[in-house]
Amino acid sequence: MDMLAGKIKTTSQNLDSAMNPTDMLDRQIRLTARDVTVHYGTKQALHGISIDIPDRAVTAFIGPSGCGKSTFLRCINRMNDTIEGAKVGGTIKLDGEDIYSPDLDVVELRARIGMVFQKPNPFPKSIYDNVAYGPRIHGLARNKSDLDEIVVSSLRKAGLFEEVKDRLQEPGTGLSGGQQQRLCIARAIAVGPEVILMDEPCSALDPIATAVIEELIDELRENYTIVIVTHSMQQAARVSQRTAFFHLGHLIEQGPTEDIFTNPVNKQTQDYIMGRIG
Amino acid sequence: MNALIVAGVLLVLLGVSYQTGWSKSRNLATANGVKVHSRPQYHGSYSAIWTMIPALVILLLWAWFGGGIARDYAVSQIPQDTLLALDQAGLNNALNRINALASGYGVAGDVAPWEQAAGSAVRSFNFLTFAGMLVLAVVAGGAGLVYARSRITARLRARNTVERVISLLLLACSGVAILTTVGIVASLVTEAFRFFTFINPIDFFFGTVWAPNNAGGANHGQYGLLPLLTGTLMITAIAMLVAVPVGLMAAIYLSQYAPRGFRAVVKPFIEILAGIPTIVFGFFALVTVGPFLRDFGNAIGLNINATSALTAGIVMGIMIIPFVSSLSDDILNQVPRSLRDGAYGLGATQSETIRNVLLPAALPGIVGAFLLAVSRAVGETMIVVLAAGNSPILRGNPFEPVSTITVSIVNQLTGDTDFTGPQSLVGFALGLTLFVVTLCLNIFALYIVRRFREQYE
Amino acid sequence: MATDIASPASRSASSERTRAIRAGLVRRHATEQIFRGLGIAAIAVALGFVAILFIDVFRKGIPAFVQSNVHLSVFFDPELIDVDPAPARDQFPSDAEYTAASLKWQRSVALLNWNTIVEASLRKAAPEAGDMTAREILSIPETDARHEIREMFVANPSLLGQTVDVDVLASANAQNWIKGNIDRSLGDKQQQLSAPARALIDTFVENGTISNGFAWSILTNVDSRSAPASAGLLGAFVGTLWMMLIVVVLAVPIGVAAAIYLEEFAPKSRLTDLIEVNINNLAAVPSIVFGLLGAAVFINWFHLPISAPLVGGLVLTLLTLPTIIIATRGALLGVSPALRQAALGMGASKTQMVFHHVLPVTFPSILTATILGVAHALGETAPLLLIGMKAFVASVPATPLDQAAALPVQIYLWQGNENRNFFEPRTAAAIMVLLGVMILLNGAAIYLRSRLEKRA
Ligand SMILES: Nc1ncnc2c1ncn2[C@@H]1O[C@H](COP(=O)(O)OP(=O)(O)OP(=O)(O)O)[C@@H](O)[C@H]1O
Ligand SMILES: [Mg+2]
Repeated sequence: MDMLAGKIKTTSQNLDSAMNPTDMLDRQIRLTARDVTVHYGTKQALHGISIDIPDRAVTAFIGPSGCGKSTFLRCINRMNDTIEGAKVGGTIKLDGEDIYSPDLDVVELRARIGMVFQKPNPFPKSIYDNVAYGPRIHGLARNKSDLDEIVVSSLRKAGLFEEVKDRLQEPGTGLSGGQQQRLCIARAIAVGPEVILMDEPCSALDPIATAVIEELIDELRENYTIVIVTHSMQQAARVSQRTAFFHLGHLIEQGPTEDIFTNPVNKQTQDYIMGRIG
Repeated sequence: MNALIVAGVLLVLLGVSYQTGWSKSRNLATANGVKVHSRPQYHGSYSAIWTMIPALVILLLWAWFGGGIARDYAVSQIPQDTLLALDQAGLNNALNRINALASGYGVAGDVAPWEQAAGSAVRSFNFLTFAGMLVLAVVAGGAGLVYARSRITARLRARNTVERVISLLLLACSGVAILTTVGIVASLVTEAFRFFTFINPIDFFFGTVWAPNNAGGANHGQYGLLPLLTGTLMITAIAMLVAVPVGLMAAIYLSQYAPRGFRAVVKPFIEILAGIPTIVFGFFALVTVGPFLRDFGNAIGLNINATSALTAGIVMGIMIIPFVSSLSDDILNQVPRSLRDGAYGLGATQSETIRNVLLPAALPGIVGAFLLAVSRAVGETMIVVLAAGNSPILRGNPFEPVSTITVSIVNQLTGDTDFTGPQSLVGFALGLTLFVVTLCLNIFALYIVRRFREQYE
Repeated sequence: MATDIASPASRSASSERTRAIRAGLVRRHATEQIFRGLGIAAIAVALGFVAILFIDVFRKGIPAFVQSNVHLSVFFDPELIDVDPAPARDQFPSDAEYTAASLKWQRSVALLNWNTIVEASLRKAAPEAGDMTAREILSIPETDARHEIREMFVANPSLLGQTVDVDVLASANAQNWIKGNIDRSLGDKQQQLSAPARALIDTFVENGTISNGFAWSILTNVDSRSAPASAGLLGAFVGTLWMMLIVVVLAVPIGVAAAIYLEEFAPKSRLTDLIEVNINNLAAVPSIVFGLLGAAVFINWFHLPISAPLVGGLVLTLLTLPTIIIATRGALLGVSPALRQAALGMGASKTQMVFHHVLPVTFPSILTATILGVAHALGETAPLLLIGMKAFVASVPATPLDQAAALPVQIYLWQGNENRNFFEPRTAAAIMVLLGVMILLNGAAIYLRSRLEKRA
């Protein structure tokens, strides 16, 4: 089947859900979520989330604190498996493949869907070993020079190489906050994921470091599917092509970023964007 | 009986004085309608303090010196010529008989007339001094009470005084901990020093033969520490080989893998292991583990002694498992979740996350825990006393009996010596060595663990 | 069915990567399983040891709770008991003279050979034992049978000429034979009892002269060397009780007070830092060092009595103090600042805040810490050995100044007894008692904590 067929198929799927029918996805769909619910113990954190996430674009999740953005993000690479008492319902498909199916290997899934966290969390290892960690455990490098190449190119892509090329053997925890976050991005890229999830990647950084990361995200968009959670409306507007607004565990509205920001359909979205809630 | 009377009198004093202060304060408040600085309870406590302290001081003085005075008096009641004929033991025996007669119990054998007389004299003396002391205490307390009552006015800051006394008491209590350390250091150092007047420290610390001559006499024997030290180290090493892998893996499983319910059930059971007295482990080692190891050795053609470094080490390792596992559990839980998430996010399996990220991050803390466990093993006594075989010979075979520092302390200090010869004094030199070694380990370990905590705060 | 919709170029790159990842997956999951298995194994080892230890001790100890009694009908034969009538109070002018006469009479009673009476009763029970020597026959009852019978007589001199049914303990060797603690197939040389004595015991067991019952003697008797079968834990138990009383009376108030001072009142100064470091280290000082402290300070310098629960209690107090201080400080630290501020805001002084508001909240934790501290002190052995508590004591200490044993020390002493066949089970039984007390204490701690926390 050719590319066009795929596109038509996925778009037509969209029409059955409570989505904005005018929102024509002009890119291929990598991820589709249908009716995703999450319970933490008895507490329901997400209610029937359905969304499509396009390839080679940045999708931003916004919403007030505690509305479930991180929770949904963690569903996408099954990080919720590591939380005791978390139960996920509904389906999420990556390229049409159900990621919660029992025959899917979560290790392989996470190699395909990388994640960058709110607080930079470099391992207590050298810069080199931080980046090399993923390729090593997954056996992606046949030899040392392979590995060197992966590390260098990942650091390059993350825009960090020039700054650290002389101290690759020094501990990653010795870098500045912004550098650490780029190191974490390099670490995620080194595995060669298809999707990168970022949970408030800039919230611990100063404006300059934030600008560097935003630029980086914009470059990465060329090759990756990126989902980013952010509290900054400006950031969402700057880096994302699509935006989804969450509130109290519900997905309220989603669409092209421009539409959401200039012309929100939902009143809650409007209020949030105007800074009236959250 | 006497103690009960004293306690009763003190209680009465306490009640009366508190009540006096309390009601005076009440009267002040109701009679004049003025604002009284402190509440009645404080005035009560204030007068109680002023009453009890003088009374207690007198009673304590009596407790301290009364015995000696009573003894002197009893001695003075023995006729001079009889007294001269008595040696120390005879004198004690005579005093015992007199006291027995005085307290109204009969004594075996014929009672000499002077004994009878002395008995009744001591009886009345005891009664008089006891009554006198009690009266004196009550009078002193009463004087304090009168003074305190006269001081109680609306303006008296009784609360402040009472609170100061309380905080002084509290301070004194925390001083007990310091005093304990001072006591330990002082007793170990002075007695060890006395030991070193008999034995050259070099012969002690670097001697390779442990052969005290416990019979006494001019030849004191040899007191080389090294055989004991190697025994201690060998057993400690074996214990660590058992405790660290098992304890650490158990902690990892419980904190990372186990479902909540499993953890809730298993943890208390492992804690039971921590609560079992070491003498019980010693017995277990001696009657069960030792013979089992010996038979096992026979079966595979190894010559293992039933009591050996191996037996003691293995059982000590078992004893330390809960210690290691609870410390490691604490430390693993201190490693921030974000590090683990980072590894999971890259697609690491759980064991890869634990081995490559969690453990390296927790390493300093785990080293600290390890050192604390070593210090525990080095100072452990009953298991080695029962199961190590008590053979203070320098050798390196763990299947043979050994001896340790703690075993030798127990052997040399039988409790009824008066610490005059090196035979018993060496216990303190060994104790000092043990104390210094464990202290260094502890200080270092606590330092590492604290640094580790701060790192992730 | 997966539909790969990525662009052809990236598809080949990513599928190559996927293949590489998949290739390693089997091995990695296997490692994962092994690692997890190691964790389970470690837990199994730890729990297995708890189980083995308990099973082992119980298996060894439970038989010791059964004792063999010999039922005798004792004839207080006037020919053998050849003494003057017991003195009566009204024959004497004063108490002292009566006591003296009475003691004299008791001595004359004690000088009699009561074994002849025991022997006669045994022979009566076993006519077939005609040619056995007195020694052989007397090896069946425990050696204290004669004391028991004598004391019956002293207490009631009118028994003279009467026949009374008396139960006496079978001797340790006889009990070993009956319970099979000794290999029955061993030759005469290795047996402790002669062949006729063993045969007689079997006859006695068959005809019911010897029967088994619960061994109250373990709980109600004091230690004994001459009559091992009657050795019991009462003296050690009371000794331990005295020590625990001292620990509770001293360590708890002092410990809690010290913790309150350090946590609530102490200014941040060099001194308090020192106290703090000091307490942490004290908690990790080996217990035997506290024994040395007790021996040097309490016994050698202060001349307190040796082997006395007083000294033991003091040593154990110092030993538990750091634990109680640390636990109490932890509890105080856990009290929310809001509560403190609320109390201070109401105009309470610091002392009032601590004693009226903070302490009551922490009471459950302090109580638990105390009980656990006491439970720990209960099992301490090494320091007690150094202050002379390994002496043999066959009496119940009436005051903390009397000589006494302690439960763990009794275990130590019994495990070293030469009559292993008999004392190994007895030691295990003593351990069961000790563990029972400890589990009771721990259970109480858990129960109280949960109850008090619910109420709070
Ligand atoms: N591990 C957990 N256990 C229980 N409840 C949780 C857990 N993690 C999140 N929650 C709850 O789920 C809800 C959604 O949390 P989530 O972290 O997804 O919010 P968020 O949108 O990411 O908020 P923020 O912007 O503050 O990061 C919240 O109410 C939170 O309390
Ligand atoms: Mg979040």
